[in-house]
Amino acid sequence: MKALTSRRHPAALVLLLLIGLLITGSVYAALAPKQATAANGSASQIEDGRKLFESNCSTCHGVQATGTPDGPSLVGVGAAAVDFQVGTGRMPMVAPGPQAPRIKTEMFDQDQIDAMAAYVASLAPGPSSPTADQIDASKGDAGKGGELFRVNCAMCHSSAGAGGALTRGKYAPGLKNVEPKHIYEAMQTGPQSMPVFNDNNITPDEKRDIIAYVQQTQEHASTGGQSLGGYGPVPEGMFAWIFGMGLMVAAAVWAASRAN
Amino acid sequence: MNEQNQPSAEVVPTGTSDADAVRLDQGHIHGEGGYPEAFENPGLPPHTPRLTDIDEAAAKRAERQIAGLFTLSIIGSILFLVGYFTFGVDARNWFPGVGVMSTTHLLLGAGLALGLLGIGLGVLHWSRTLMPGEEIVESRHHLASSDEQRAELADTFVKGVEGSQINRRPLIKYSLGGALGLVSLPILVQLVGSLGPLPKDDLYVSAWSGLPDENGKRTFSAPRLVLDPENRPIKASDVTIGSVFHVQPEGLLDLHDHVLEEKGKSSVIVMRLDPGDFADNDLGRKARDWGHDGIVAYSKICTHVGCPVGLYEQTTHHLLCPCHQSTFDVTQDCKVIFGPAKRPLPQLKITVDDEGYLIAAQPFMEPVGPSFWERD
Repeated sequence: MKALTSRRHPAALVLLLLIGLLITGSVYAALAPKQATAANGSASQIEDGRKLFESNCSTCHGVQATGTPDGPSLVGVGAAAVDFQVGTGRMPMVAPGPQAPRIKTEMFDQDQIDAMAAYVASLAPGPSSPTADQIDASKGDAGKGGELFRVNCAMCHSSAGAGGALTRGKYAPGLKNVEPKHIYEAMQTGPQSMPVFNDNNITPDEKRDIIAYVQQTQEHASTGGQSLGGYGPVPEGMFAWIFGMGLMVAAAVWAASRAN
Repeated sequence: MNEQNQPSAEVVPTGTSDADAVRLDQGHIHGEGGYPEAFENPGLPPHTPRLTDIDEAAAKRAERQIAGLFTLSIIGSILFLVGYFTFGVDARNWFPGVGVMSTTHLLLGAGLALGLLGIGLGVLHWSRTLMPGEEIVESRHHLASSDEQRAELADTFVKGVEGSQINRRPLIKYSLGGALGLVSLPILVQLVGSLGPLPKDDLYVSAWSGLPDENGKRTFSAPRLVLDPENRPIKASDVTIGSVFHVQPEGLLDLHDHVLEEKGKSSVIVMRLDPGDFADNDLGRKARDWGHDGIVAYSKICTHVGCPVGLYEQTTHHLLCPCHQSTFDVTQDCKVIFGPAKRPLPQLKITVDDEGYLIAAQPFMEPVGPSFWERD
């Protein structure tokens, strides 16, 4: 120690460099934007997930999850994608088709989904599932969410969140009764035809605003009566033509007929 | 009538079971030809009385039905008033076949419908059952006035013109003509003036060419692409593959006036594709070259009738217009691959500035949106 204070030890420079690198590294790790976070599942959870994956998913996605002609690679899709796809019943896909539909399924419980998510997340870093705070609609601003929804979501999902058609048999699903977690994960991961809305496009706070808006539109029933599914002017016009015009034609026939 | 092409007068029976059956090409019977001088008026069919005309009980029943319809109307009107005065706007209830809806709105609508429908149906039923059922003929008459009256009117008019001396005094005649001609101008000028200023180059330029200064002049300043509605600039690294950003030129969202007019022309959709996904042809190469590292920007205004083309499928790279299903292929410079649109979406050439933010490299090189008369 004496040597260090009085005269530089030959190793001092190396030590100083090491300390400097260590500090820079830790500061960077602490401050750098976390684009993608790997789920920190325990080794046993990952192992459970691997077994579930191999028996349920590997036919299409490959034993190493690197994809086959029947299914895309899952390396880097993250835990959020697994939680969304399996949690909404879209995966495992029940039948081939233009799009995997959302179905109610009891196939996996949340622990099993988490295990598969942990396994897929362990392959490569990807978006993880949102925290409870990130999807707490009561903390979101539904007004701002509505503005964001109309610019980013309404063209496909309709301003009422009723969904709509895409090309060649694909469609944007309705958002009624979708769990906030799944709405968040869908924006984060861009499942199927849907584009990705990463945190630089729509920040986590803004995602929460959108969730607040979607919930608001569902909780507050319309005062206008039967909404006919909220699909817009086409079904409403069709209803008016078939029933309204039909009634008027019937009334005209009755008016012009001769009484007995 | 049919002097040429006279068919045979002979009827040739064919077949064995039915003696009257004839061959179509030989079976015509040559008649006398021509029509009678005039069709005789067949007159009205014989009048048959209605049940209500002959049966007093049926008439009574019809009377009660009519009164019942009028009573329905009265009930409807009362329902309307009850709905108007007793329920608050926020009161909601569940109704069968309708679901949860505002009680007052339902009562107002249903009440007014019954109020009008009851009167209409009642009157119709009344005329069908109880009002006179005899068919009557009302002859048409000559409508003109008598010759004397017409001559008298013409005479009055001629005398009036003479009395005004207008033909003898040309000064009055021409000054009146001038006055009447000019007085129409104030009305015409107002009408034409209210049609608004001439569009000038409004349809050719957008806010990407610069925002208009006091004189309406636009100067291109390579604006940054900012997120709509958050008004945040976008770094190229923020746009991950498969992303869609809805953007406006920087400064537009800070405007106080004419924001929507400007937005209507300058809305742009930014997507990032894997650079290898672009088609290997001139269109695909142009699309990639006008972008930055796979990030491309296209006008969001459909070239058909101007709906916002926002439905991007990240798997097929198709952009779909929700109004008439025009489909544009982003990998081929937004070529129309389906639907009524005739032209591809205009591409906005983009690049990055020193800080890594996306900026427009040049304004739109063609008018955005639907075709218009003078467009090439």
